[in-house]
Amino acid sequence: MSHDYRALGLKAGLEIHQQLDTKEKLFCGCPTLLRDTKESNFEFFRYLRPTQSEMGVVDRAALEEVKLTKRFIYKAYDTTCLVENDEEPPRELNQEAVDCSIMIARLLNMNIVDELYTMRKIVIDGSNTSGFQRTGLVATHGHLESSHGNVGIDVLCLEEEAAQKVEDRGDSVVYSLDRLGIPLVEIGTAPDIVSPEHAREVAEKLGMILRSTGKVKRGLGTIRQDINISIAEGARVEIKGVQDLSLIETIVEREAARQVALAGIKKELNSRNAAVSNKIHDVTKVFSNTSSKVIQKSLKGGVVYAINLPGFAGFAGKEIQPGRRLGTEFSDRAKKSGVGGIFHTDELPNYGITDDEVDALRKAVGAKDGDCAVMVADTKERAKGALEAVVIRAREALVCIPEETRRALPDGNSAYMRPLPGAARMYPETDVPPVEITGERIRNTKLPELIEQRIERYVRDFKLNGEMAGQIARSANFILFENIMHSVPRASATIVVRTLETTLYELNKEGVPSGNINEGHLIQLFRLHSEGKVPNEAIGEVLKIIACKPESGVDSALRELGIGGSTGGLESIIDKIVESRMDFIREKGMNSVGPLMGVVMKDMRGKVSGQEVSRLLKEKISKKLDTIK
Amino acid sequence: MQAEEYDKVRVEIKGIAYEGTLMPSQTDSIVLKLKNGYNIGIKHEFATITLLEKKDETNKLKDTVSAEKRKNEKLPRISILSTGGTIASKIDYRTGAVTSQFSAEDILLAIPELEEIANYNCRMIYSILSENMRPSYWVELARAVYEEIKNGAEGIIITHGTDTMMYTATALSFMIETPVPVVLVGSQRSADRPSSDNAMNAICAAVVATSDIAEVCVVMHGGTSDEFCHIHRGTKVRKMHTSRRDAFQSINSKPIGRIEYPSREIKMLSSYVKRGEKKLALHDRIEPKCALIKYATGASNESLLFHVGSGYKGIVLEGTGLGHVSTEWIPLIKTATDAGIPVILTSQCINGRVCDRVYDTGRDILKAGAIEGEDMLPEVALVKLMWALGESKDIEKVNNTMRANIAGEITRSTCL
Repeated sequence: MSHDYRALGLKAGLEIHQQLDTKEKLFCGCPTLLRDTKESNFEFFRYLRPTQSEMGVVDRAALEEVKLTKRFIYKAYDTTCLVENDEEPPRELNQEAVDCSIMIARLLNMNIVDELYTMRKIVIDGSNTSGFQRTGLVATHGHLESSHGNVGIDVLCLEEEAAQKVEDRGDSVVYSLDRLGIPLVEIGTAPDIVSPEHAREVAEKLGMILRSTGKVKRGLGTIRQDINISIAEGARVEIKGVQDLSLIETIVEREAARQVALAGIKKELNSRNAAVSNKIHDVTKVFSNTSSKVIQKSLKGGVVYAINLPGFAGFAGKEIQPGRRLGTEFSDRAKKSGVGGIFHTDELPNYGITDDEVDALRKAVGAKDGDCAVMVADTKERAKGALEAVVIRAREALVCIPEETRRALPDGNSAYMRPLPGAARMYPETDVPPVEITGERIRNTKLPELIEQRIERYVRDFKLNGEMAGQIARSANFILFENIMHSVPRASATIVVRTLETTLYELNKEGVPSGNINEGHLIQLFRLHSEGKVPNEAIGEVLKIIACKPESGVDSALRELGIGGSTGGLESIIDKIVESRMDFIREKGMNSVGPLMGVVMKDMRGKVSGQEVSRLLKEKISKKLDTIK
Repeated sequence: MQAEEYDKVRVEIKGIAYEGTLMPSQTDSIVLKLKNGYNIGIKHEFATITLLEKKDETNKLKDTVSAEKRKNEKLPRISILSTGGTIASKIDYRTGAVTSQFSAEDILLAIPELEEIANYNCRMIYSILSENMRPSYWVELARAVYEEIKNGAEGIIITHGTDTMMYTATALSFMIETPVPVVLVGSQRSADRPSSDNAMNAICAAVVATSDIAEVCVVMHGGTSDEFCHIHRGTKVRKMHTSRRDAFQSINSKPIGRIEYPSREIKMLSSYVKRGEKKLALHDRIEPKCALIKYATGASNESLLFHVGSGYKGIVLEGTGLGHVSTEWIPLIKTATDAGIPVILTSQCINGRVCDRVYDTGRDILKAGAIEGEDMLPEVALVKLMWALGESKDIEKVNNTMRANIAGEITRSTCL
């Protein structure tokens, strides 16, 4: 699928959410530690209701959520407190997190506010126990250089992370409180992104800058991207929760395609004079003897309701993203009322619904040729809510592409979540006083070296290849790496990187307590290695012993492996081998070194360095050859 | 034209322009609400403000929502008396703090489920935070309750700040003999948040107000979950936590019952006075000049001396353990009782009964004329003493009243 994005008037902006690696949470003293839900020691549940904002308006996104009377179940831990439980007012804003946001704002050339006000952003899907997310605007008016010129950075906000959804049980949702309150920066770019590739480039660069601070959390789920996308004929759509950077291009492509398709459908529907009837028909009788299992199940205490969409035949079934149709969009909206899904006549007969039943259904709702009937089977209340939502979406299909918040699906498509939230969802968090950010504080913030600069430096100073330089420059171990290289200037940078990034990781995976290995151990080990006293192959074994007996140190580990002692033992072994292979040596001369090397190493691998064996062999063989001559 | 609060403005500073709504500020800074909803503070000195648009006076949601409620004749008549507090609070832009501003009507708008339970007559008595409550306000409130019941209210709900709710509940328990439920309710988390406990507490309060329980009681969350509320007897309840939803606990007694949520089913946990058992009566005289004095290790008897010498009419001592104060205080207790000032001993243990017959100090305290407060909470003893002194000035009569159980404040058997 390739479009001329410039011609389409594609505009995209990114919103990056990155967790900060602070000691404490944003509004309480709890650690920013993720837990296994099995470790939860307390559980409670709540319901949420929307409230008026300070401007006297209820937010449309909040209102839609409240249609559902869901029970929210929360799992608490011995590392969470009454603040997460919404049982205690928040503490003052975490200053470590403020400093961190100032640093990021400066890296993004932003203008930092004089006073940081903590706001409450209404979110009543249960992900915040309070029913709002605390958030404050730290900086505005920044920019980032890119291959398509500067991309504006409109806002940087410091906010609290929401609770993690553990399970959706339909009428209740389970959340884990360990994540709630972890500081998070939200960075929003201007809609200056012009193509799917550009979106990915900007996301990568922002990610690099964030990681350069050394103050952000790493790993799955610690960074999330939302993408705002519109085309000239379309509308702003926010796609939330993209965890995988590689998906960004596909998401932009598919949303642009979706808006193009919806714009096309709108034109065709209008040319056909399509309309939407909001009359809901009770067609339960049509299905009283149905053999469709889905409907039979819903009919126990339920009803079948239907509406007619004049002129919509063929359109509900029309594909707008791979595998998703306009009918899927109807269904997404309907599901918000708690129904499992809807049926429309573009896809019937199917699901056990017969031709005769479809005919009777069409008749019951007064559908003519060219019309599409939509039906749903559930309790009265849910079925009614579902069809009302379909009516709204169908009306929108005639006039516009709806502005909405959508959820990224793993294949790059997206599904409806809720309307775009407005400014009305914000009001001040009166429990948290505003924080003044002085010019002095901003000036005193030390800016870190960017990872891309660090990579260049490693290539230049340590002669690492680009790949390895990138690996260690991006790693949390980069400071350790620099300390080792500083203490042991002759160390092989390649070996150090491989040890830190691969060997230690593998040992850890094997269950070796590699956390016991400290910087001192590593420096001593690499010093001995650089002196030829520890062979490459032995590094892993040595580290394994150190990890298990950290107090006895590197020397003791080497002794245990029989490495690095006097070369006496090695010499006598080599003498024996040389002695027993004299015929071969006579025949091959100095060329016998290579094959004999193999013989010695068979016994000594991992205990001596190959360099040392090679040196001794050469010496002994050449002596022997001299005596023969 | 000068820009005023809530006008749309542009603020320019150091070459950067922000557009938004001018908000009230508590500091020297300009507070601007940006289009994205965020507030930011901008230092005044170098900023220039340009007025873009005057505020829209017509578009206030408050005015567009109709307070007119349909009445269902089959439902009972309940009066809601509003005194302020967190159940009805809102942000005050003058101070930036949460204050009590909602009227009883606002509560009904916010909690429509209440209309399924009863028809309401709403009356604003005060709009104060409960720390500003005074004994003289109890009198007004008691009279209002009396009038409402007399005029046919089948139950009373009083919305109240939680800080001093237990004092008001106690005062009403003594001041009113009621044939209908009188329910105090509040919330621990402000009504301006989606997670507020106000709705569930108010719904449960309405259930109790229409029930058979003709007592003054407090209805508040029974746990941290939105699972059930407890019905506490007005003279046996105490706020035991600064912030938790289930801060209110029955002390030295079981709660009267619990209401499940959202099913609204009542389960009784102990005996209670039933609807219509008592005739409506008002005993609204109060002697506010009484003191509650807490004894702490090493506390000088000067505070007792001060109160005796300053015209206080009654004193409750919050002693240690079984009801003790330092022996140095005992002569002053005698001075007080000799002067006709009743002295009541209660315990800072909160849980359990006072007994001054176990140790010498206690026996000496009794000899000095003090009265054991039994299993009364110190605050309850104070309010009861104010009320008893309102009813009679005679120390013997007052002492007898203090020893007797009037409104469930003293039990014969200490609760396990």
